[in-house]
Amino acid sequence: MRTVRKTTPDTSAPAAAAGTARPLGRALRAPGGLSLRLDARALAVVAALLLAALTASVLLIGTGDFPISAGDVLRTLVGGGDRGQEFIVRELRLPRVLVGLLVGASLGLAGALFQSVTRNPLGSPDVLGLSAGATAGALVMIVLFSGSAAAVTGGALVGGLATGLAIYLLAWKQGVHGYRLVLVGIGVSAVVTAVNGYLITKADFVDAARAVVWMTGSLNGRDWTQVWPLLALFAVLLPLVLSQARGLRMLEMGDDVSYALGVRVERVRLVLMVSAVLLTAAATAACGPVTFVALTAPQLARRLTRSPGPNLVPSLCMGATLLVTADWAAQRLFGADQLPVGVVTGVLGGLYLLWLLVTERRAGRI
Amino acid sequence: MAAAGLLALVALASIAIGAKELTLAQVWHGLFQSTGSYGDVVVDERLSRTVLGLLVGAALGLAGAVLQALTRNPLADPGLLGINAGASAAVVTAMTFFGVSSVSGYVWFAFAGAAAVGALVWFLGGSRGATPVRLALAGTAISAALYGYLQAVMITDDAALGKMRFWTVGSLATATDTTILQVLPFLGAGMVLALLLARPLNAVEMGDDTARALGANLNRTRALSMLAATLLCGAATAACGPIVFVGLMVPHVVRSFTGPDLRWILPYAAVLSPVLLLGSDVVGRIVARPAELQVGVVTAVIGGPVFILLVRRRRTAQL
Amino acid sequence: MNRLSAETVTLAYDQRVIAEKLSVEIPDNSFTVIVGPNACGKSTLLRALSRMLRPSEGRVLLDGQVIQSMPAKKVARTLGLLPQSAVAPDGITVGDLVGRGRYPHQGLLRQWSAEDERVVRESMARTGVAELAERYVDELSGGQRQRVWIAMALAQQTPLLLLDEPTTYLDIQHQIDVLDLCAELHEEQGRTLVAVLHDLNHAARYATHLIALREGRVVAEGAPSDIVTAELVEEVFGLRCQVIEDPETGTPLVVPAARAARARTKADATTAP
Repeated sequence: MRTVRKTTPDTSAPAAAAGTARPLGRALRAPGGLSLRLDARALAVVAALLLAALTASVLLIGTGDFPISAGDVLRTLVGGGDRGQEFIVRELRLPRVLVGLLVGASLGLAGALFQSVTRNPLGSPDVLGLSAGATAGALVMIVLFSGSAAAVTGGALVGGLATGLAIYLLAWKQGVHGYRLVLVGIGVSAVVTAVNGYLITKADFVDAARAVVWMTGSLNGRDWTQVWPLLALFAVLLPLVLSQARGLRMLEMGDDVSYALGVRVERVRLVLMVSAVLLTAAATAACGPVTFVALTAPQLARRLTRSPGPNLVPSLCMGATLLVTADWAAQRLFGADQLPVGVVTGVLGGLYLLWLLVTERRAGRI
Repeated sequence: MAAAGLLALVALASIAIGAKELTLAQVWHGLFQSTGSYGDVVVDERLSRTVLGLLVGAALGLAGAVLQALTRNPLADPGLLGINAGASAAVVTAMTFFGVSSVSGYVWFAFAGAAAVGALVWFLGGSRGATPVRLALAGTAISAALYGYLQAVMITDDAALGKMRFWTVGSLATATDTTILQVLPFLGAGMVLALLLARPLNAVEMGDDTARALGANLNRTRALSMLAATLLCGAATAACGPIVFVGLMVPHVVRSFTGPDLRWILPYAAVLSPVLLLGSDVVGRIVARPAELQVGVVTAVIGGPVFILLVRRRRTAQL
Repeated sequence: MNRLSAETVTLAYDQRVIAEKLSVEIPDNSFTVIVGPNACGKSTLLRALSRMLRPSEGRVLLDGQVIQSMPAKKVARTLGLLPQSAVAPDGITVGDLVGRGRYPHQGLLRQWSAEDERVVRESMARTGVAELAERYVDELSGGQRQRVWIAMALAQQTPLLLLDEPTTYLDIQHQIDVLDLCAELHEEQGRTLVAVLHDLNHAARYATHLIALREGRVVAEGAPSDIVTAELVEEVFGLRCQVIEDPETGTPLVVPAARAARARTKADATTAP
């Protein structure tokens, strides 16, 4: 496992002594031994992404059959618009945007967790079969029971959680090794995808059309009833995940090293996997399996922060920004509610894969 | 011999068993004294279906064995590596945007799609440095991207939805004599090529340096193997849609009694893979009577657990 | 009573038993080296001593307590391990990697203290990688990289340090480099070091205490000059040899017998009545 490259003999090492005076880690210290680690670049990236997400949100709220200017949107949000605008913004478009932000953030965070645990930039929940599992749950509701929207949401949630549990148990063998998790996930994904295909052939035409739209991932018609559960889940899971983030950073160096450093490897991994599965299942239940946000967001975030480690908060912000921007682009390019956001993220994901092919291949990092 | 016997048995079962129950006498009548009665028509349809199953099964098994040797990766499978998905995306494109409706027309698209994805997965998986995990991930990620593309097509085009949702599952039900005749030359060429590659691939399995030291022409072997896999997967997918795991499972079963020599593995895989495919097809017809379960679904449900078992048996260092 | 010991432990992976009822004491303030042929269980023993592997029977004691029952971070502040399977994350700098060794001393509200900064600098200076602090680990040579990993283990500030084959993959100059560093850590700072080594002559030269394993049993243990004899090497490795005095250090030096001599003994053995 240890990678040793036969390059540069020691003697050629240029003396990078100039940098030694710089502190190794920047920290905010207070009396009483309190110290918080700071990464200026990561903070700047997070701030920029938040700004971008807000801008995209405002633009998205203003977009639709009844366009509203950005200034009017802001005025309405703080309570100053006219009646019509108030209704459109508060009741129709704001919840949609909030669902978009929350789903994007959940997927970005879940993707960062999965990629870090599996130590592979392609090891994201949509590749590992979680989205397929949630889809299966939703399809069962749509096709076999012609269920209501709430039933479909519930089905997706149960399907995603059951798949996550199945993958974890099947990959368990004196602990869950990252690679085994990936391969078992791929196997489960292939089976569930086939079952999904079968369910669609069983459906009558109307249900099939509904199922396919759901499977692409769409924000159309999302309202406040979707916002609150997502927000509650996020409020619980985010602190939990962040409290384990330092352990996760250590896990990148291999199980043995982290164990030697005093990280309770299996516990950290279990807590984080369960959180990631919950986040993915909830996000998928809210607006269908929006592909590739979980795959690309952590990678893009990492490129911006240029910092090793899971980059959890930047990935989360990146996910939110990506999803809302993609929805805005979908409405702008193809007209209001013509193409669901999942198509745009799918195209973006395809492009990302190609780009990965070009840039990462030589580095052998995939 | 036992393998061939098994194959004959399954082929008979495939003709005799189906949604419409027929007596053996009726089957006999349909096979050898066909008079065009209703029972005879059923038998005739099942015959086409069985022949196609035989061909496609053999093709997928051979392709799986060749890919496993070529990538030195025991978990390689044309379905898992996304090659079948590439072929089906290309076929859907041909059907929807170019109005191609005959198998002989879109089989070329299937080849192009299979070859393109094969090359892409190979590069994305890290070429020579490819590990089983990398290749499988690259294949799955590309399949996911293509799957998204298929969905976009189905959303925008109702006619496409009507056709595609059946085709993308992988089924033998639509088999006709014309389909068989149209894909036969390609499958035949692919099979002959694959069987001829057994010896050079044996050398490739020893690792690049050793193979070169043994005097093997690595680049030619690789190119020809890709060509064989493309012909086999492309034609098989064009004929009956994407089918996963057949190419994965059979070579493993075969290897357990022939050992690692491809000169034995390839012929056995060619005989035993249709047993699995037709067997799955028969199972699919029985369990969901009076409807039927598409063979692609059955192989996935059988193959998934086998795949996971294989993964679990390996030590993590080998992944 | 020594700080670290294994009491009649049985070690196994799945159903494969590597060692049965094995007892080992690590003398305090020693540089202990474990040697033996391939697959004799030396790395497995090290994994058990560092609680990576839970013995199926028996127990490993650290400061009189069963090691598995102690809080993870407390163990990590007492006992460090440099495993063979260490992976440097992509794009990490030397300073950052060494800094990660401070994990057991940190907490949610104590993420990077002035003390952390000081210890990390000192560890890098000790291992001679201070001037590489800003470089990426991927860019380093094998020898540099190994020293960076040792720096990380040092930053953990543990009185006990376990190293699993720290010299594999290194050329002879860097092997000696790493071993000299270990000897320094042992002599100047009084740390207890335990290492698994392949090269018997390196072991004999650097160790203060040697443990020779064969098939999961301790064949001999003690100071190298007391226990390394031609008979022992033959018993442990199945190799005929001479043991002479190392002209540099006076420690035992193992010189394998010439091929002809070994062939003769084989012939003798087969023709013997």
